[in-house]
Amino acid sequence: MGMTMTEKILARHAGLDTVVPGQLVKCRVDLVLANDITGAPAIVEFDKIGRPVFDRDKIALVPDHFIPNKDIKSAEQAKALRDFAKKHAITHYWEVGRMGIEHVLLPEEGLVAPGELIIGADSHTCTYGALGAFATGVGHTDAGASMATGDTWFKVPSAIKVELTGKPQKWVSGKDVILTLIGMIGVEGARYQALEFTGPGVAALSLADRFTIANMAVEAGAKNGIFPVDIAAENYLAARVTRPYTAVAADPDAVYERTVAIDLGSLVPTVALPHLPENVKPAADLAHIAIDQAVIGSCTNGRLDDLAQAAAIIDGRKIHPDVRAIVIPGTQQIYSEALVRGYIAAFIRAGAVVSTPTCGPCLGGYMGILAAGERAVSTTNRNFRGRMGHADSEVYLASPAVAAASAVAGHIADPREVMK
Amino acid sequence: MILEGKVWRFGDNVDTDVIIPARYLYTADPAHLAAHCMEDIDPAFAGKVQPGDIIVAGRNFGCGSSREHAPVAIKASGVTCIIADGFARIFYRNAINIGLPLVELGPAVAEIKGGDRIRIDLGNGTLENLASGKQYTIQPLPGFIQDIAKAGGLINYVKGEKA
Ligand code: SF4
Repeated sequence: MGMTMTEKILARHAGLDTVVPGQLVKCRVDLVLANDITGAPAIVEFDKIGRPVFDRDKIALVPDHFIPNKDIKSAEQAKALRDFAKKHAITHYWEVGRMGIEHVLLPEEGLVAPGELIIGADSHTCTYGALGAFATGVGHTDAGASMATGDTWFKVPSAIKVELTGKPQKWVSGKDVILTLIGMIGVEGARYQALEFTGPGVAALSLADRFTIANMAVEAGAKNGIFPVDIAAENYLAARVTRPYTAVAADPDAVYERTVAIDLGSLVPTVALPHLPENVKPAADLAHIAIDQAVIGSCTNGRLDDLAQAAAIIDGRKIHPDVRAIVIPGTQQIYSEALVRGYIAAFIRAGAVVSTPTCGPCLGGYMGILAAGERAVSTTNRNFRGRMGHADSEVYLASPAVAAASAVAGHIADPREVMK
Repeated sequence: MILEGKVWRFGDNVDTDVIIPARYLYTADPAHLAAHCMEDIDPAFAGKVQPGDIIVAGRNFGCGSSREHAPVAIKASGVTCIIADGFARIFYRNAINIGLPLVELGPAVAEIKGGDRIRIDLGNGTLENLASGKQYTIQPLPGFIQDIAKAGGLINYVKGEKA
């Protein structure tokens, strides 16, 4: 019986020839990630075990959630991470001024390669599937244990094949693809399963699109999302990854629980309404919804391509007087490239605020908290109740193009309308 | 292990942001997390929950963030077990890892109401609703997940392994 990409990576890391869905396996990990929120308690668990780190080159610690420190407690959590990194001579730790949002930073730094197995104490660790890795989120106890042992257990997931065809229209991007998919299958449509993206449509998606799509696999309940490795992915990797790696491809007779087909050409700019990512509607149908804030950034949409889309819409226009627009580049490298390309100047001229990389408002941390009754359009990945502030505030999830168009219009807007 | 307690009833897709909002994640102290547990979905919960109480919920309980602060908050609030139609996967492994028992009961959760008293015998795999008298069978945990649960969580389990 053939295997899926996910099964092949799990089998390889478990030292087995084959695995089948439902099987419990113990796997070697290639990288363990933690951030300032999950890292501090992961260290507490790690210390209880009383062993050295399994490999100081295979642990990544990224202060990004409440960083630069939002208050004294956050400063203490960040310090715990920093002290641990120093004490154990952890290779991959980034200080403020050099850090970025973890899931944008790690691929950029070449810490993700095809066929690798990565766990992170953060649910959006699934982002790295865009590069053909098996990557999934775990809690801080799992992360702390793996920092000592270098392995972890998994139940081999069954898989859903997402067959992509066609080519997206202008102003349609990865966010619209994943929101449409979640709208089709629901927030638990892929629970405990792998989402394997395939088909001729993959070639029409940029790496930024793929990162966005894999990032939100968990929003459909999936354990991981994964893409095949094609020329575009190899080109992305060539500049970043120097160690050898072996990509996997699904066998032609791999078994999938079901297939979902999406014609990329048929997609429109899409928005997920509060309070679940599955509540999707075309942006064009939501012009009656006035907004108070627009957030462009996060591990979902804080990449250079995302800022380029937003800048193309905002440049030469003004942010609506009733809207606070907050732009957050995903990493320092993206920030500096956006400066060179003039995006940052365009945002500031339009009346937007631009921040250093941070998760900040995405999880209701700081830098853009919503009051009761306020509404935000956001390029982030969750619109749960209270996610970005008061329990009676609302978050509408959308692409950078929709968020930028909405920031200009003052209400939810289809970019094609604003750019007419 | 036998657990008996009063039921707090929640619906489908209870996410980790409502179990413990990120605004409280500047520390992982269990007592602090318990004080804000479920605040955005039921502000009365943290003040009224009693040691030994049991949460019963619908589908996809614990979806969203990987924050282990969520099961930690629930456990520290005194809840001894969560019964749901189904659990989101990261929440599931986090709860096992910290030694908080979970029961995946399926659609039969609909027959259990808030305020009911229930008794769970994890050893022989039975659950009884003392209010309705109805009995249910619980599926045992598979393989070494049971060993993790028996060890009282992942850290104890790992400590017991040979390095
Ligand atoms: S940007 Fe948001 S979703 Fe991404 S890692 Fe940060 S808090 Fe999590």
